[in-house]
Amino acid sequence: MEESCTLSRAATACIAERQDSILTTGKSRSRIHCTTDSLAGSVSQRACVFCGARVVLNPVTDAVHLVHGPIGCATYTMDIRGSLSSGSELFRTSFSTDMKEKDVIFGGEKKLAACIDEIVEKYHPPAIFVYATCVSGMIGDDIIAVCKAASARHNTEVIPVESSGFISGNKVVGYRAAAEALLTLIRPKEGEIVEKTRKVNFLGEYNLAGEMWLTRRYLAEMGIEINVAFTGDSTVAALKRAPSACLNLVQCTGSMHWVATNLERSFGTPYMDVNFFGPENTAESLRKIAAFYEDPAISARAEALIAREMSRIRPEIEKYRSKLRGKRAAIYLGGAYKAIAIIRQLRGLGMEIVLSGTQTGNADEYENMSRILSEGTIIIDDANPAELEKFLIEKHVDVMIGGVKERFLAYKLGIGFVDHNHDRKDGLAGFDGAVRFAREVYVTTCSPVWKSLRTPAPGGTIHGQ
Amino acid sequence: MLECVPEGKIEHTTGKINPAKTCQPIGAMYASLGIHGCLPHSHGSQGCCAYHRMHLTRHFRDQVLASSSSFTEGASVFGGASNLKTSIKNIFKIYNPDIIAIHTTCLSETIGDDVPNIIKQSEIPEGKVVIHTNTPSYVGSHITGFSNMCKSMVAYLAEAQGETKKEQVNVLPGFVNPGDMREIRRIVTALGIKLVMFPDTSGVLDAPLTSKYQMFPEGGATVAEIRDSGNSEVTLALGAFASNAAADLLQEKCGVTGIPLKLPIGLKATDDFIMALKDWFGVEIPKEIAIERGQVIDTLIDTHFHYQGKTVAVFGDPDHVIAMTEFAITMGMVPKYVLTGTPGKEFEATITKMLGDAGITGSKVKAEGDLFELHEWIREEKVDLMIGTTYGKYIARKEDIPLVRFGFPILDRAVHPLMPVVGYRGCLRLIEQISNALLERRDRDALDEDFELVL
Repeated sequence: MEESCTLSRAATACIAERQDSILTTGKSRSRIHCTTDSLAGSVSQRACVFCGARVVLNPVTDAVHLVHGPIGCATYTMDIRGSLSSGSELFRTSFSTDMKEKDVIFGGEKKLAACIDEIVEKYHPPAIFVYATCVSGMIGDDIIAVCKAASARHNTEVIPVESSGFISGNKVVGYRAAAEALLTLIRPKEGEIVEKTRKVNFLGEYNLAGEMWLTRRYLAEMGIEINVAFTGDSTVAALKRAPSACLNLVQCTGSMHWVATNLERSFGTPYMDVNFFGPENTAESLRKIAAFYEDPAISARAEALIAREMSRIRPEIEKYRSKLRGKRAAIYLGGAYKAIAIIRQLRGLGMEIVLSGTQTGNADEYENMSRILSEGTIIIDDANPAELEKFLIEKHVDVMIGGVKERFLAYKLGIGFVDHNHDRKDGLAGFDGAVRFAREVYVTTCSPVWKSLRTPAPGGTIHGQ
Repeated sequence: MLECVPEGKIEHTTGKINPAKTCQPIGAMYASLGIHGCLPHSHGSQGCCAYHRMHLTRHFRDQVLASSSSFTEGASVFGGASNLKTSIKNIFKIYNPDIIAIHTTCLSETIGDDVPNIIKQSEIPEGKVVIHTNTPSYVGSHITGFSNMCKSMVAYLAEAQGETKKEQVNVLPGFVNPGDMREIRRIVTALGIKLVMFPDTSGVLDAPLTSKYQMFPEGGATVAEIRDSGNSEVTLALGAFASNAAADLLQEKCGVTGIPLKLPIGLKATDDFIMALKDWFGVEIPKEIAIERGQVIDTLIDTHFHYQGKTVAVFGDPDHVIAMTEFAITMGMVPKYVLTGTPGKEFEATITKMLGDAGITGSKVKAEGDLFELHEWIREEKVDLMIGTTYGKYIARKEDIPLVRFGFPILDRAVHPLMPVVGYRGCLRLIEQISNALLERRDRDALDEDFELVL
């Protein structure tokens, strides 16, 4: 790996300690500094362990998600992800133990137990996920014991999620906490025999803007059924049936590889990485899945589907490509898996990628990223807005792909913006999603509003100044 | 949340279900952004800072910058002193603000970091300032955090130079939008009175888009202005929950007379605000303001039959809800349910007296409530209109009630942070929104034979 590394240092970081986290693709060789704690005093775009756990588990639609901590943690993550449900809407309801000073001093275990009792009595949920936060972790509330006792008392699943925010500044640690909770939930009872079916599980798919439903339609057309998604539009009962699948598809690798390897070890279910962002990735993934079944009929149906969809979307994409060719794009996202898919998609639109970064990427992922980027591209880990601003200006970026905290930074600089995070309302996966993504990039990059920004205001040179 | 309240009558006593408040640090962060050249700093783990920035960004639709001490397990065990000292050094080096306003989180509070002491031991460049406030999230709400940061601005910065006071007013505007702060400034200036307003997020979170990027936009009260607040004759504290603590400290520390008022939302509260200025400074009310008031009266008469007698649920932050409830009564509406998530007995007492004075009976009033309770009340007996934050939209949809978005946060509509709800212009906007929500409803529900061009 080290020999083929193509990253060189961009000697332009705002602060010396950040120097190794910013590299330029090219001839000299070094490893990017990543997966470490953020620098104290940085305006980091990163979140916390609790956030990671919450985004992974929240789409379990009929479970109660009880946040054991002061009110903020529950308020900010209330209906956070834009995951859609075909059934229960209970996951949108925000439950918090609302810890007070008294609970911090004397411990919050009693209050937690009382909250669980009240929730069971009111809602009779099939499962309650209990999330630990900074405070409950710090004061040492034994949420495992409280959950175990409550579980026995009510004969229902009460599952602790050990997601105290301070464990790490990296969301990935929270993904692991969520994964452990999920594995606890799906572990078969003693003596229970799991019968395998020909269905697949879809891991790392959260049904943002209904994306899971889209993929399900594709697979259904090929003759393959999704058993359960982890966790988009899933239910507790469906998750419990997870061991019966014959294959696990892993989309968001950051959050779900660990689950996939555990499912393989415990239930012998193989897994494969798939990716439904961009037409080429979608086609490749569908082919891979079809090949797994070694059934010519499935493969034939996959090829027919791919051919039909590709020819359907090609003219649409071409329309946008003609407008976007040569425009310069910057990417800054949570995980590397999505960033890599988007690099490919933007290339497909004839665009040039001049900056690519993530909050939580690891060295191998950055290495893969650097292979597909052209020379001179900036690669950045855990960027702060000052660095993003610098490169967005220096590299004459036309459009940025990011999340909510980057949106207004881009606008202030007169740069188009596409949300590829929780705030998006249109599904961007699959063939249809590829067209929507192209349209979104086009709409913002080529909007007439930028002309107003560049035209001098009446009687002055700068607007409103 | 569409199924937020299960069937049957239920008593809800433990924890919160669909909170109507959030935690202290976000309020402190918002207040800090109202100081010119200030970088708010969150002393705790990264998640809090990220959430607060995300939440404020979603409401204000503008860039919100704040740094974090980036606690991990080490800091949690050994204390956050070294993280904070490094942060202060890095922040001045990378971002070079005029001032850093530190607020704590539940984590740094629980481990008991002595922030003022750590600040004393830190290297602070010449001419730069570092202030702090304590904002444990397990006490109060975001309004408490806002109030605490305002109080800290006074504690750290305000100075009185001798006994003689300047002929100027301090205005503590409360947790309102930048558009509101801009409007408050316009009114006071129109009366010909010099003012010091802090915090002031106008020009920071509603700054014009120029071709030039500014990490610290031109708006905000300067450190020098906040220092000078100790020399003012009088302080108008708008909104008891957000502003009284800072006004009281200013009186105690610098001998500036504090006058507690409601947020100037609605006709009477705006009248009270303007009369307080007129009475203190002996100024004439300019024609411009008199005309605006006349327009409000004119519009109230034009529209009174749209909302007269309609029942309304008002929920959100206490200062907002108190002022809005008063305006609803002025308009002839019946505030049937009045709820805030922030704790405080004076909320219930104030609203109950208001309703009693107006002869309204049978209303439910609650501080430190949540939206589960509000939904349960509404399910038992419906109202015609809801006025409150975006979080009410689930109840509004489920129970098919129009919702006028008002207060913090509004996450699903645009332009609102720039449009004032304070002052007489704010009255016009609220009347427009309330009337039109009810008219829209009427059009939607009308049978073909009742559907009319002119309403």
